[in-house]
Amino acid sequence: MATTATVQGTKWWGGGKSPFNVEYGKLMMWYFLMSDTFTFGAFLISYGTIRFAVNYWPDPNDVFNAFPLAGHANLPLAFVSLMTFILIMSSVTMVLAVHAGHHNDRKGVIKWMLWTIVGGIAFLSCQAWEWTHLIAGQDAILSNGALDVIGTTTRVNPFGHEVHGPAIVEAFQNTSHEGLVKLAAMQHHTDHAQLTAMSDEQLRGMINVAELHVRESGPVAFGGFFYGITGFHGFHVLSGVVINIIMLIMTQKGVFERRGHYLMIEKAGLYWHFVDLVWVFVFLCFYLI
Amino acid sequence: MEHSHHTTTDAVAHHDSKAVVRKIIRTTILLSVITIVELGLGFLMYFTQFPDWVNLFIKGLMVILTLAKAFYIVAIFMHLGDEIRNLIMTIVVPLLLFIWFIAAFLWDGASYRNLRNTYDTYYKETTLDRGVRDADTTINPLR
Repeated sequence: MATTATVQGTKWWGGGKSPFNVEYGKLMMWYFLMSDTFTFGAFLISYGTIRFAVNYWPDPNDVFNAFPLAGHANLPLAFVSLMTFILIMSSVTMVLAVHAGHHNDRKGVIKWMLWTIVGGIAFLSCQAWEWTHLIAGQDAILSNGALDVIGTTTRVNPFGHEVHGPAIVEAFQNTSHEGLVKLAAMQHHTDHAQLTAMSDEQLRGMINVAELHVRESGPVAFGGFFYGITGFHGFHVLSGVVINIIMLIMTQKGVFERRGHYLMIEKAGLYWHFVDLVWVFVFLCFYLI
Repeated sequence: MEHSHHTTTDAVAHHDSKAVVRKIIRTTILLSVITIVELGLGFLMYFTQFPDWVNLFIKGLMVILTLAKAFYIVAIFMHLGDEIRNLIMTIVVPLLLFIWFIAAFLWDGASYRNLRNTYDTYYKETTLDRGVRDADTTINPLR
């Protein structure tokens, strides 16, 4: 809100005044965010480079199509939209907290900071669910001529080419006992110990091959980029929540009221908006295109 | 330092508080609408089989919409639009490096892919011609 002091034709570099017209901490926060932009930019660009360098990349609609409590329903984009809106909303409550700070409205700051923290925790919970769902996910893949069941990790993922026809039938016959147990468990949600005790023939009888949706394992880099970049962003969200909690406590104790200004809330706000800003690009690169 | 803060907050008090809140709400609605449009485009691509160039066009549109969102977050929510020109330039000008950064590295990736497909036939046969469409992976369709 420094504009009010701006007069047309002011010689900012004439000496005797601050050429950026902001307080030191705020300027340094901007420079930190700029450097962080390059860090995230480098990550996302390296992801783009690899995507441009390979012939196949998983379709995000096949990977991110689950929603909590929705079972196996195919709901592409739904959950990540929810996450995006949570983060936009928490960004809005943060602006309102900064706005209340401009008016030295302590109660307003406390109220809006609380909502911002709630939004941040909600986002982190969503991300925890999404990661858990992907890591513990069970999808059938064709690997070394046999079938297997894997989730998404930084080493493997089940989102390669779709496999059809006789290759699956042949691979099904070559599948080990362990593999058959995993396939049966995936389709029937039966106890593992019980399935392990069964013979291969019994297990094969339980498995509906047509319903397996077998794929090859996907590009190796996929999991690393996804967990690496969303993880780095999630860590920013986490540290933002911690910073916001500290700001909330300081506001509650009247530190800023005694100081006469709420500039610290503004600086925390800059960081929080930056986290939202990064998510806008992560959302674009991983889920939309 | 203390003194300057008092003048800042006093000046802000004169500012119409309701107008600022209205601006925030307007920006929120705008950001939500852009996000919904992006999602709509995503679903459009998912449920319709477009030719590759249409998909590329839609993805380009999504990039532009995302940049618009970024602009509003930075200009309105982070109040960069309210700062003096000196501060805006010291942040925005270094970001121009991204033009080179993005162009150079994506170009490099695409060039590596073309080289590999030209000289490594095994790679090409095992990864291509399998019903995978070019636009799924890059904006640089194979020749």
